[in-house]
Amino acid sequence: MADETPKPDELLSKMNHRPDTGQDWMQVPVNIRKGMYCYASNPKSVAYLGLPNARPWNPLEEDWKLPENWQEILFEGFRDRLEKFRSFKVFMDICVRCGACADKCHFFIGTGDPKNMPVLRAELLRSVYRHDFTRAGKILGKIAGARPMTLDVLKEWWYYFFQCTECRRCSVFCPYGIDTAEITIMGRELLNLLGLNIDWIATPVANCYRTGNHLGIQPHAFKDMLDFFCEDIEEITGILPEPQFNKKGADILFVTPSGDVFADPGTYTCMGYLMLFHFLKEKYGFDITWSTYASEGGNFGFFTSHETMKRLNAKMYAEAKRLGVKWILGGECGHMWRVINQYMDTVNGPADFLEEPVSPITGTKFENAKSTKVVHICEFTADLIKHGKLDLDVSRNDNKVLTLHDSCNTSRGMGILEEPRYIIQNCCRQFYEMPANTIREQTFCCGSGAGLNAGEDMELRMAGGFPRANAVRHVHAKHGVNMMACICAIDRAALPTLMQYWVPEVDITGVHELVGNALILPGENKRTTDLRSEPLPGMEDADEG
Amino acid sequence: MNVKYMYSLLAVIALFLIAWIGSAIGLKPLFGIVFPYVAVMVFIAGFAYRVMSWARSAVPFAIPTTCGQQKSLPWIKPNSVDNPTSTGGVVLRMILEVVFLRSLFRNTRMKLKESGNKLAYNLEIFLWVGALAFHWAFFTVLFRHLRLFTNPVPGCVELVEKIDSFFRFEVLYDAVKVALPGVYLSGIILLLAVTYLLLRRLFIPTVKYISQAADYFPLFLIFGIAFTGILMRYFLKVDMTSTKELTMGLVTFHPTIPKGVGSLFFIHLFLVCVLLAYFPFSKLMHLGGVFLSPTRNMRTDTRARRHVNPWNYPVPIHTYEEYEDEFRDKMIEAGLPVEKMPEPQPAEETDKKESHDG
Repeated sequence: MADETPKPDELLSKMNHRPDTGQDWMQVPVNIRKGMYCYASNPKSVAYLGLPNARPWNPLEEDWKLPENWQEILFEGFRDRLEKFRSFKVFMDICVRCGACADKCHFFIGTGDPKNMPVLRAELLRSVYRHDFTRAGKILGKIAGARPMTLDVLKEWWYYFFQCTECRRCSVFCPYGIDTAEITIMGRELLNLLGLNIDWIATPVANCYRTGNHLGIQPHAFKDMLDFFCEDIEEITGILPEPQFNKKGADILFVTPSGDVFADPGTYTCMGYLMLFHFLKEKYGFDITWSTYASEGGNFGFFTSHETMKRLNAKMYAEAKRLGVKWILGGECGHMWRVINQYMDTVNGPADFLEEPVSPITGTKFENAKSTKVVHICEFTADLIKHGKLDLDVSRNDNKVLTLHDSCNTSRGMGILEEPRYIIQNCCRQFYEMPANTIREQTFCCGSGAGLNAGEDMELRMAGGFPRANAVRHVHAKHGVNMMACICAIDRAALPTLMQYWVPEVDITGVHELVGNALILPGENKRTTDLRSEPLPGMEDADEG
Repeated sequence: MNVKYMYSLLAVIALFLIAWIGSAIGLKPLFGIVFPYVAVMVFIAGFAYRVMSWARSAVPFAIPTTCGQQKSLPWIKPNSVDNPTSTGGVVLRMILEVVFLRSLFRNTRMKLKESGNKLAYNLEIFLWVGALAFHWAFFTVLFRHLRLFTNPVPGCVELVEKIDSFFRFEVLYDAVKVALPGVYLSGIILLLAVTYLLLRRLFIPTVKYISQAADYFPLFLIFGIAFTGILMRYFLKVDMTSTKELTMGLVTFHPTIPKGVGSLFFIHLFLVCVLLAYFPFSKLMHLGGVFLSPTRNMRTDTRARRHVNPWNYPVPIHTYEEYEDEFRDKMIEAGLPVEKMPEPQPAEETDKKESHDG
């Protein structure tokens, strides 16, 4: 963590939710502040994707090296999107500024910056919309809440559209369902027309386009990494799983975010998948393959533009078709699932070359996925447990007191709420919910989603994650919760840092890590440690093997 | 001094004066006949235009906000209203939203507690109560006004009037005998609710910060309409017979300006005309827009039924072939299957192996 990041107490003492009402927000100039923004996109990454206006630029400098006709580009882009997206047009017009959304945003709660109120974030665009596209705005100008597009406005857009994680919490409370994620998506699309992305998004996107995953892991290295986990599993259990890669004619293709392959604690979740698949192969002849080409479930293209999202997402179906699998199983990830659940079939379907998904073990038909043909691993595993197909020793998770963080995208863009809970409660004995206003559809974002999980915007992330951390602190104090489960790779990457900052006693786990711990592999040795190589409950004194 | 609400207040006062002076200097036909017709036409044409212009925009993606458990495995109970997979569910969700402002009912207020630096969320019911009271009272008042445009008055209108005027205000001392005509609760509630909605804009800092002139103006305007209405009914009593003669004239397209209709009526009518004409060009269009909001009016069975994007276009994709071409040697070396085995060129191959590393 960067040293300049203020300490929790400092951050708290700065939080003020009473904006200075003596000021007109349009007159408050944008102040691009260190710790609150992400570095500008690397021109090489922008160019690799063939996206416009690749050049080096620095947000802190006066000159952003914009193309000569940037205002015209934005105007045309705005008009185009008003026609292409009814959501955009309706949301530009119907907000009554009731203010119900104001204190629902984790970034407003954490920073107190009034322009982080969802309504005002949208007004940043609406003010320009009124000026350029409505008669009242053209005639009455400022009185009608309109303002022309200037360089300062552009900078304000950039700053605040990269201070939104597209978590949709505000939309739950809006009587018209105005969705700030839509607003931010459009805002970022417009900014990308001028090459104004952040590097934490642009470079993973370029990587993913080339190597199949955000981290730029090349095929041989991808296999190496999974083999390495298999060796770890062998060390812990005495069983060596043998995952299949790019296997033609496998029954199922498995796609998960590459974060799970790369960094703790996601890696333990990945080991959980490997163990589950091994178990199913041994007991039921389960035939699943990983792919190095479609080695990314996540989709940072979604944080760039709809088009880029489509370009990256296309690999899943393309690979499923090439390998000739029956259907696709998707790992634990947030925005990956928003894309799969609400966009994939539309942008890259119809997947008529796949079969309607059926669990080869239980025979359950996944009717809810019959067109997209992608099943969430929590749906798949919950079904296995319900049918008694897994041998689980829950006592191995007895040293964990759990809570569950519902990820934004899977709760408000999908609604997978009970499945992970069912799995957790069958793998662990101590589980406590956080307060009702902070879970399920009202869940708080980790503060680092939508591509903001960089190092340089640490203050923003810690402030934005405060509402989530606050609820964790509550169950930690009340029930002794020491582990928070989640079904999102960005969560697994971002939440440990957040917990370190606000509630250091609590650690983060994926749901399938818990499965991996509890799962009794056929012929395994007596385990003394969990997947993290920490002693199992009751084994604290056992000799380390 | 906040210019945003001052402008709006001044505008409504100006409108008030215009109607007052206008009707006093003999422009009653303008205010009683021309403006109402123009306003209604602008309202209908404008409303239709706005809805059509929204409808013209495409709906490329199915992006409903899911606010409850999805329909997945048969033994998990789905939330069929907040995560509606059927059209019936969507209709129910929309009805609950439009009729009961359901999302506002969820409203909470975040508070950072001074001690212990803890966040707390309290149910914040007032916005919901205020908004619900406002919309329902407005609707009831509108409905009651059908009395002025129908002859004979339909039973349902009379029934609503009867219920609405359930409470009576009568002072029955020997010395003072005051009996107001049946007091319509809806009018009083409307005035109170508008006042509340106005006050929260002025006194809640976040709401004040986001408020535009376009937020104050309709509130002042509706306040003016309710206020003049109440004034007419209870205090400066207007001649109902001649008033109805005027309104019936309008609705039967035989407009007349009967004698005995006072200035206050023309002020009231003019403010209503302004509201009607202003409506289609303002945020008040949320009345139409709420039905077109893609996060609320779409089914959530997005994985079971394909949504078609009318402008879906092909995009450049990094194909598997391009990928394998770049990484083939490394893939072969790692034991990964490939589509195309390279031509045997032993000398070159060993060179490449050494030089690249992940």
